[in-house]
Amino acid sequence: MTSVTRRYHFSASHRLHLRDLSEAENEQLYGKCNNPYGHGHDYVLDVTAQGTVDPVTGQVVTRHELDRLVREQILNVFEHRNINLDVQQFENSVPTTENIALVIADLLREQWSAYVSSPARLSRIHIQETDRNGFEVLIPSAQGESEESREPEVVGVHG
Amino acid sequence: MFITRKAEFSASHICRVPSLNDAENQKLFGPGANPNGHGHNYIVEVTVEGDPDPRTGMVMDLKDLKQILEEEVVTPMDHRFLNYEVPPFDRVIPTAENVAAEIWRRLDPRIGRPGAKLAKVRLFETADLYVDVTRGSGSL
Repeated sequence: MTSVTRRYHFSASHRLHLRDLSEAENEQLYGKCNNPYGHGHDYVLDVTAQGTVDPVTGQVVTRHELDRLVREQILNVFEHRNINLDVQQFENSVPTTENIALVIADLLREQWSAYVSSPARLSRIHIQETDRNGFEVLIPSAQGESEESREPEVVGVHG
Repeated sequence: MFITRKAEFSASHICRVPSLNDAENQKLFGPGANPNGHGHNYIVEVTVEGDPDPRTGMVMDLKDLKQILEEEVVTPMDHRFLNYEVPPFDRVIPTAENVAAEIWRRLDPRIGRPGAKLAKVRLFETADLYVDVTRGSGSL
């Protein structure tokens, strides 16, 4: 298969903190990421569409369709936001980049067919939190698998 | 084990379907449909898969890979207008997908040897767009 990856950028702040742990336990678990006032990153998001190359257009996916999906469903939600306070999915969950990646993968999967007209499928997302931390979610293909077994999972954390 | 070698080339192209009108091409390709063309600094990363030779310790001599990349990709495509100067792009739209597939087609027969085979071609058209072709991607 051929895959096309588009790279997007957003800047946001977050704080890693579990309410049921003490200050000392949070500090031990998350270190500097537990700073009460939060901190931010310039995240780099790669979105990969996999499929066959359309014989007429020569494309797996029309760029502007993918761009509009990511802009409307992801960047408008995360760009210049405080993820803990401004993104509803993190009201009760901790915005580690693993969890951010899974939320983004879910949002893209849910909205994919409303934006992307070609048969290409979402196969992967990758988030670079800093130059040294990368997170990857692979989305298995539907072939021969039930819907339940297609839940995305974080498969790689590149330190 | 996988080894990857990188090469760069700069080229211009036009992305248009001849049977579609200007508005339809604009919708499909955006500014890439400009009939006068535009250019990119392409980066190609070629990955070869194999086991290191027990004597040389190498999957493939990187000098050989560099030479093959020069002959098959950089020399024919660098500082060229793909649609006008590099077949098959007189007939095939030089989208990133099709350029990556053509690079695969040119490299695959030259790299295949006992113990090593082409595993992936990754072509960056810009820093924010790349295409991966792997075995089984099919032909144009």
